[in-house]
Amino acid sequence: MTTPPSGPHEASAQDDPLARAWREHWGRTVALLLGQFARPDLVEDAVAEAFASAAQRWPQDGVPDSPGAWLLTAARRRVVDRLRAEAVHRRKEPLMVVDARTRAAASASATDPSTGPAEDEHLLDERLRLIFTCCHPALSAEARVALTLRFVIGLDVPEIARLMLVRPTTMAARITRAKKRLTASGIPFDVPPAGRLDERLDVVATVLYLVFTAGYHPQPGDEPLRGDLGDEAIRLARVLDSLLPGHGVVRALLALMLLQHSRRDARLDPDGHLVLLHDQDRSRWRRTEIEEALPLLRGLPRTTGQAEAYRLQALVAAEHATAPAAASTRWDVIAGHYAELEDLTGSPVVRLARAVAVAELDGPDAALALLEGLETRLPDHHRLEAVRAELAWQAGRPQEAAAGFLRALALVPGGPEHEHLTERLAALRTEALTPEAEAG
Amino acid sequence: MRFVVLLHQDEQVWRDASPTQREEYYRRHDAFAQVTSRTGCTILAGEALAGVETATTVRRRGEQVSVTEGPFAETAEQLGGFYLVEAPHLDAVIEASRELPEYTVEIRPAIDVA
Repeated sequence: MTTPPSGPHEASAQDDPLARAWREHWGRTVALLLGQFARPDLVEDAVAEAFASAAQRWPQDGVPDSPGAWLLTAARRRVVDRLRAEAVHRRKEPLMVVDARTRAAASASATDPSTGPAEDEHLLDERLRLIFTCCHPALSAEARVALTLRFVIGLDVPEIARLMLVRPTTMAARITRAKKRLTASGIPFDVPPAGRLDERLDVVATVLYLVFTAGYHPQPGDEPLRGDLGDEAIRLARVLDSLLPGHGVVRALLALMLLQHSRRDARLDPDGHLVLLHDQDRSRWRRTEIEEALPLLRGLPRTTGQAEAYRLQALVAAEHATAPAAASTRWDVIAGHYAELEDLTGSPVVRLARAVAVAELDGPDAALALLEGLETRLPDHHRLEAVRAELAWQAGRPQEAAAGFLRALALVPGGPEHEHLTERLAALRTEALTPEAEAG
Repeated sequence: MRFVVLLHQDEQVWRDASPTQREEYYRRHDAFAQVTSRTGCTILAGEALAGVETATTVRRRGEQVSVTEGPFAETAEQLGGFYLVEAPHLDAVIEASRELPEYTVEIRPAIDVA
C-alpha cells in the first residue's frame, strides 16, 4: 500500500506525470472551480480528491492525453455531487463574491476544458485572481501564507503545518477559518483595480517571499530543506511579472529569490549540515540563475517602500553572487546597502546583518558596538546571540564567546542550526585549550 | 451584499474639533457618499449617534432585565455612527471607507436570517 501523494514534490523524478500535473494544474483547477462555484470549502476537497484519484488511476490506466482536463472534470464532478447532496438537505451555504462575467468564463472553461499546456489568457487571469484573493489584506498574514500554500501551490495541511512550525491540528483549524472568512467576509475573487495594484502587489510579494523562505527554514529532526518550494515561489513571481509587467516590487523580489536560490546546492554538506556562506563551494552556485537575476536587478531604479527593501537585499545577494571568492567580497558595498536598508525599514534584524558586514570591514569590536542593546528589540533571538559569540571569539574573548553560544543553543530546539552551534562551541573549546591559540 | 460600516472614534476628538475641522468631517462624509455611488454601492442608511453619555444599556438574563446608564463597554474609542451599504464586495466598501475622517472603521457583512 502506498501513501497518497501529499504535494507537488513528493515524486522523486522531475518528469513524473503526477508531480508535473500537480505543479501545472493544481492552482488553475482550484482557480477555475472557485470562479465557477464560489465555494472554497468544496473546491479544496474536490481538487484534493481528484489528484488522489489520479494517483490511483494513472499508474494503471495510463496518463490521460490532457491531464489538466482530466483533473478539472474529475474535480468538477465532485463539486457537483456535493452541491446535489446539499440541495437534497436544503442547506443553503454562503458563496464567495464572484462577479457574473468571471463565473460565466469559468463555467465555459470547466465544461469545455481547453487542452494542451498553453494557458489561454482567461486561465492566467484566473490564476491571478486566485493569488490576489489568497493574499487579500483583509486576511491575517498567517492566513494569507496558509491559503497560498494550500490553494495556489497545493501542499497538504500536514506539510504546511511542518513548514510553518505549528501542529497539524492548528494549521487545519487556521485553514478552515480562512476559508470561512473568504466566503463570509465579502472578499471578491478578483484582481484589484489599477489604482490599488501596487499596494496589493506589495502584500502578494510579502507572501511569496515568506513561502520562499519557508522552504529554507531549518526543520526539526531529519526533515530536509524544501528548496523546491523556492522553485514554486519563483515560478509564481514569474507569472506575476509576465502578466503585470513593470512593477518594481515583483522584479526586485524575483531577482532576490533567484540569487538566494542559486546557492541551494551549496547550503548543506553531504551529511546535511548547514554550510555558511563563507565556506560554501561557489562552483556549486547556479550560474544561470545568477545571470538571469543580475540584469533584472540592474534595470531597477532606486525607489521606496517594499520594492526598495527587496532591491537592496537583492543588491547584497548580488555582491555575494559575483564575488569570485569569499575573501574578495566587497564588504564595504554590502555594509552600505544594509545601512540604507536599515534606514528604510528600521528593522533590528537588518541591524544584525549590517553588523556582520561591518565586522568583516572594521573588525569585531566595531560590529559589537552596533549590536549594543539590540537584545531589547530582538529578545530571545538565537542569531543575535550566535553572532555576538562569533564576534567575541574573533576579538579573542573565548569565555564570552562560549557563554554566547550556550545562550544561542538554549534558544534553538534542534535541527541543522542547533548542530551547527554545537560544533562551533566544540571548536571554540578545543581552540581555547590549545596553547598556540591561547598565546594568540 | 449588505455591509454595516461602524465608525469608531474617541468622542473627545469631535468635541474639540474647530468649525473648520468639522467642515472637513462633513466634506469627507460627502466624499464617502460619492465613492460609494462610483463603485456600484448604495447607501441604504446612515446615522451619526449622540455621545455615549446618552447611551442606555438593557440586559436580559433569563427573566431578569436590567436597565443601566452608559454604553455596553467602556472603551477608548466609541461607536459614533454607522452606514448600511449595499455593495458588490468588501473591496468597494474599503475603497469608500478610505475617504472617511480619522475613524477606526469596522466593516461587517449583514446576513439574511431566514
